[in-house]
Amino acid sequence: MSAAASWTRVSAVAAKDLTAERRAKANIVAVTSLGALTLLVFGFAIGPDVATLRTAAAGILWLSVLFSGVLVFHRSYQIELDGGALETLLLYPGERWEIFAGKLLANLCIVLLVEAIVIPVALVLYHVSVPDTWPALLAVIMLGTLGFVTLGTFYSAMASRTRSREVLLPLLLFPMLVPVLLAATEGSASYLVGNAMGDAGAWLRLLVVFDVIFLLGALLVFEHIIEA
Amino acid sequence: MSISPQTTDLSPQSRWWKPLGWLAPVVLIGTQAFGLLSSPPDRDMGHLQKIMYVHVPVAWNFALAFVVVFYASVRYLWTRDERHDLLAASAVEVGTLFTGLTLVLGSLWGRMTWGVWWTWDARLTSTAVLFMIFLSYLALRSFTDDPERRARWSAAVGIFGALNVPIVYMSVRWWRTLHQVQSSPSTVDPIYAWGLRLNAIAVLLLMTYFIARRYEIARAERLLEHRRDSLALGTSPEAVHA
Repeated sequence: MSAAASWTRVSAVAAKDLTAERRAKANIVAVTSLGALTLLVFGFAIGPDVATLRTAAAGILWLSVLFSGVLVFHRSYQIELDGGALETLLLYPGERWEIFAGKLLANLCIVLLVEAIVIPVALVLYHVSVPDTWPALLAVIMLGTLGFVTLGTFYSAMASRTRSREVLLPLLLFPMLVPVLLAATEGSASYLVGNAMGDAGAWLRLLVVFDVIFLLGALLVFEHIIEA
Repeated sequence: MSISPQTTDLSPQSRWWKPLGWLAPVVLIGTQAFGLLSSPPDRDMGHLQKIMYVHVPVAWNFALAFVVVFYASVRYLWTRDERHDLLAASAVEVGTLFTGLTLVLGSLWGRMTWGVWWTWDARLTSTAVLFMIFLSYLALRSFTDDPERRARWSAAVGIFGALNVPIVYMSVRWWRTLHQVQSSPSTVDPIYAWGLRLNAIAVLLLMTYFIARRYEIARAERLLEHRRDSLALGTSPEAVHA
């Protein structure tokens, strides 16, 4: 199995998912609106005090990404369940991990797109200005998103095919995401104030470790869960 | 729904664990009495310190239960022998119970010592996260009907959950630390150490009995499911067995 052939299959799966998403534009609009709405509602919960808003901004931003992301993951497998599409997908030649990698890639694109809209909204609503250390902040966001999407794509492969899937996915996913949530929130918060405490590097490393472990784990274990 | 043929022998095992059902509670009562009677009241905490004889042994043992979960889950994916799946599920049930007990006991102790029921300290928070991870494991099992699918999915969730334990712990520790250095025979006065060690052994016996008993029931349940499937298919259980 050559690397080029693998990449062809991975990108084919990703392109298929992205095309489906592009043709049903309403879904991504709804998901992004939910993300923005979450930011607004949390703003009401903590009040209009600017200092408080700034302190809470990073955590609330990540929570809103989490809530809207869960809907993205659901949909990723929901479209496979109609008309037995998943069985057909599994019949194509190729490895199982390539299907996972393709779906991961598509979900990553969609969640990043949601973030591209939600983050500016958060900056405005929570009175946060972009710091000079923004490349590092971008790295935190990328790594945090990768960890989140990896586990989300993996767990929704199971949760979307059970009874009461709406409750099961967050139940499975959120406790597993505690390290990502903490590292992404604390890392973002540090870089937003220019890494004054000098602790942001540690959070960045934690995110790298988390991403590597669960990306490898998901690629290895995916074939066992998708065939069942 | 696929009906997997029964490939492994699920008939009841020898009942080696039966005497353990008597032994474990008796030993636990004995070691608790030893712990309570042998130790003087703590300088700061008074008799409140006695909660350590349950809290710490239970905490050590739930960690052990999740080592069993990880091992059995990996073994299941490796061999596809459903007995490993049943063992993992039994260990999760007992481990979750012990984790919950640790949280409740710690909370009682914390109220008296720190003055709060809950604090966002590293060990407390990561124990609560672990509790939630394995509760969701049990939820996934109960929402999945197909036995083979249930077994594979739980194995994946069990492995990922166990892998995440050290990462959760590290992340929460960096986030915040208040918990005293964990109690072990080397951090407590020798007069308390023996009570702690003996109680740890007693709780281990009790946990082994619980897991063995639960595993036996899980096997019986699976056997029943197989019998029902083969009846529905019109094949006799014996034919499937052979």
